[in-house]
Amino acid sequence: MPIIINGREEPVPADARVSLLDFVREQLELFGTKKGCNQGACGACTVLVDGERILSCLALAVQYDGREVTTIEGLASGGALHPLQQAFIDHDGFQCGYCTPGQICSAVGMAEEVARGVPSHVTVELDAMEIALDHDELRERMSGNLCRCGAHNGIVDAIAEVYAGAGA
Amino acid sequence: MIELAYSRATDAADAIRRAEGGNAKYLGGGTNLVDLMRETVEVPSALVDVTGLSAEIGETDDGGLMIGAAARNTAVAEHPAVRARYPMLTRAIVAGASAQIRNMATVGGNLLQRTRCTYFYDTDGSRCNKRSPGEGCDAIEGFNRIHAILGTSPHCVATHPSDMCVALAALDAIVHLRGASGERTIALTDLYRLPEDHPDIETVLESGELITAVELPPSELAAHSTYRKVRDRASYAFALVSVAAALELDGDSVADVRLALGGVAPKPWRAWRAEEALRGSPATEESFLEAAEAELAEARPLAGNAFKVDLARRTLAAVLQTLTEGARR
Repeated sequence: MPIIINGREEPVPADARVSLLDFVREQLELFGTKKGCNQGACGACTVLVDGERILSCLALAVQYDGREVTTIEGLASGGALHPLQQAFIDHDGFQCGYCTPGQICSAVGMAEEVARGVPSHVTVELDAMEIALDHDELRERMSGNLCRCGAHNGIVDAIAEVYAGAGA
Repeated sequence: MIELAYSRATDAADAIRRAEGGNAKYLGGGTNLVDLMRETVEVPSALVDVTGLSAEIGETDDGGLMIGAAARNTAVAEHPAVRARYPMLTRAIVAGASAQIRNMATVGGNLLQRTRCTYFYDTDGSRCNKRSPGEGCDAIEGFNRIHAILGTSPHCVATHPSDMCVALAALDAIVHLRGASGERTIALTDLYRLPEDHPDIETVLESGELITAVELPPSELAAHSTYRKVRDRASYAFALVSVAAALELDGDSVADVRLALGGVAPKPWRAWRAEEALRGSPATEESFLEAAEAELAEARPLAGNAFKVDLARRTLAAVLQTLTEGARR
């Protein structure tokens, strides 16, 4: 089965060692997804697989045949930016921009987890099925994405604007 | 990474057949194994993908839960029955790694993840008895702030890094295995070997044996449980010390208790001695601290991690205090 990247079917690499990250960057030349640490510590390589956020550096591409992968290039529709992309611009949610594609893909996946009621480390009541994405929840849930420029405040503001209202 | 063969198993028997001969490894979410292969700590010649095997989370006949080994960490953490009946397990899982990694990582893989000892990972520069048996251990005289204080040996002081397994140890989880010679079950606490003189052999698994499921026995106690993790930053870091605890009171004394410690030992550390000391004792901070001391009496701290003894003692007592207050509300 092919692997579906941003709606396009692509043949799975023959070499089992190729990570999903190297596959999209080096074979498909989709350079939006970034290689930061390449060991699962920074989140720069975050992509969505069937709507769930994962780390493409720790994923072997062969494991993902038949799955739908969305990278940062697949979030905008036509010429219109995804609302979160616009919010990152509006709130200065980056300086160098290297972590940004991972931050944005991660936040899209996070919003889906919150809507589903997935608890986090800071969720007080585990039986609560509705989770308010307040300041602590947002920061905890985005803790897998590091920004070494120090743009975290802008990143949090951008995500809060789109997914949490003004409360976070 | 060296070239390797990849295939996908359709069921447990198929997985075992595919892994026969050679140096095959079962592949779950890959969050640990892919990294270890890149660092050449693990050099399998073949990967057998077992993520297509059972990921089901279902009720057992006796009122417990059966969790397929391919279930993702997030799926376990968010399951309504786990949240309601085994809250310490949800708390432990969401205290570990990041959301992205929890979406990938499987239950079976979590049980078998390798230590995060930096010397174990440093293939070029450090000696490690776990990686190269008989070579020596550079952690014992090195930077050992993150290392173990219980269950260590003169050959290895590495910790088991899992949060989830600490809760599973406290919950009396049963691991279901399948190998070439058939199926068997084993208590999670018996799955792991202490390092002794063979730190390279971490479990009692036979060659090619596969974890197929983890069973949670029914437990009224487990509904009153929690997990606390102490780490160097607020999120996305391994435990310095963690405590999984369940507590039932009878008036002002401890009727029953389950305790396990993480970040302090080569395996998820069930605190049997502390439990024994607590049953029937008054539910006071004084007896909680005494019980912790009983558990930690045989701690053998290193130059860099002596702080863990007191940290474990106080964290254990604090978690029990929290559960006591919760029970009295």
